[in-house]
Amino acid sequence: MPKITYIEHGGKKHTVDAPLGTTVMENAIRNGVPGIVAECGGACACATCHVHVDEAWKEKVGPPSPMEEDMLDFAFDVKPTSRLSCQIKMTDELDGLVVHTPAQQG
Amino acid sequence: MSKAPTSEPINTDAVIIGAGPIGLFAVFELGLLDLKAHVIDILPKPGGQCAELYPEKPIYDIPGVPVISGEGLVEKLLQQIKPFSPQFHLGERVESLTRQKDGSFWLATDIGTVIEAKVVVVAAGGGSFESKKPPLADLADYEGKSVFYLVRRIEDFRGKRIVVAGGGDSALDWTLNLAPVAKSLTLLHRRDQFRAAPDSVSKMKALVAEKKIAFELGQLHSLEGEGGKLSRVVARREDKSTFPLEADVLLPFFGLTMRLGPVANWGLKLEDGLIAVDTEKFQSSEPGIFAIGDINTYPGKLKLILSGFHEAALMAQAAAKVVNPDKRIVFQYTTTSTSLHKKLGVS
Ligand SMILES: Cc1cc2nc3c(=O)[nH]c(=O)nc-3n(C[C@H](O)[C@H](O)[C@H](O)COP(=O)(O)OP(=O)(O)OC[C@H]3O[C@@H](n4cnc5c(N)ncnc54)[C@H](O)[C@@H]3O)c2cc1C
Ligand code: FES
Repeated sequence: MPKITYIEHGGKKHTVDAPLGTTVMENAIRNGVPGIVAECGGACACATCHVHVDEAWKEKVGPPSPMEEDMLDFAFDVKPTSRLSCQIKMTDELDGLVVHTPAQQG
Repeated sequence: MSKAPTSEPINTDAVIIGAGPIGLFAVFELGLLDLKAHVIDILPKPGGQCAELYPEKPIYDIPGVPVISGEGLVEKLLQQIKPFSPQFHLGERVESLTRQKDGSFWLATDIGTVIEAKVVVVAAGGGSFESKKPPLADLADYEGKSVFYLVRRIEDFRGKRIVVAGGGDSALDWTLNLAPVAKSLTLLHRRDQFRAAPDSVSKMKALVAEKKIAFELGQLHSLEGEGGKLSRVVARREDKSTFPLEADVLLPFFGLTMRLGPVANWGLKLEDGLIAVDTEKFQSSEPGIFAIGDINTYPGKLKLILSGFHEAALMAQAAAKVVNPDKRIVFQYTTTSTSLHKKLGVS
């Protein structure tokens, strides 16, 4: 099964199993990974699931959709690698994905 | 903090804290039992999570309604409770709740509305919607003095050097509204695109072209000042370089998030930040204070709208007994009861 590693702002790592088709946000919530709030439950309406995709994975994950880019206006510390984790779906290609959670979601 | 009362206290049977779907339906269930209700919500519109977080998304598990949008459900609920003419106090946050000597409750909002009620229904959901706070060092020192999340009186900002941060409707609206009174105004946003009404965007751009306001590309980095008095907002560009903006006031607009808020200070028994209730009356540890919807917890609780509706019905029975202890409650169907038809205005 594909895996995702979440790295907290303080540096703590969490590696979890991530079934194909699930989102990076869902896997964080299901495994109690801190740093992702996901208040709107994945509706792309809250920006509290913001992550910085690790530089090494930026190309494979790709850019946000226009709607997601708009929603990122409501996140803090937005970088060129910023994504909303509820909008990243797991594929075989993303096995091993590394994302960083920001200092604060809101 | 709640302010000094601005008017005479309002007297009512029930006060409902939270205008989410469950608070709205509580108006209906209380109304059938002749209890009048006032409803308070910090949001400027009714509907709670359905209205704020997913107005256009479909809900599939409302019994008898195969599919309805968040907004659609709120509209239907408002229509359903109309016969009971609930009084709404929107854009107000309930700060304090205390019991008076005669057993009734005294409740005050942040802008000074005072309500006296015989029963209180806490339908506060995931907590009150509050502005997101930027992760800046020493932010708390500046809040309420130089950093504000909402504008109550435009006059308070006259002659000030203002920085507005954000790119949504609130940021744009306040940029346009404050520009005429500000000494200087800078809009700070991370990109040159705005998720706001196109009309506001073009008006803002016109002001920038006329040099009446400034627009800077960047994000909040830090605050400079002393004793809560701001002197500069430091912003960061995408290449991580920083630049200062002279400022007396910072207004950050990054949307809302839910926080438990004042509910935690009312002496109610909480479990994991939720109000513990029984499943007969949905009453909290304080008799006469009920809690329904997402804010409560009990063995087997499911945070679903349909569960909240059920809780509202049972709560209303218990609340009616508190308000009118001597009145016998007759169980009736809305389909057939002529007295209920009268209340619903369908007779
Ligand atoms: C994306 C998403 C999809 C969902 N889909 C479904 C679904 O399909 N089916 C389903 O059954 N449920 C669904 N839910 C859950 C459902 O929305 C909640 O169960 C429901 O909104 C709870 O209603 P409520 O009235 O208890 O609270 P809320 O909707 O949270 O409303 C509470 C209100 O109280 C206000 N408030 C709190 N404290 C104060 C205070 N001190 N002063 C003033 N106002 C205050 C808040 O501002 C808020 O408006 C979904 C939720 C989300 C986020
Ligand atoms: S969970 Fe709300 S935007 Fe992703």
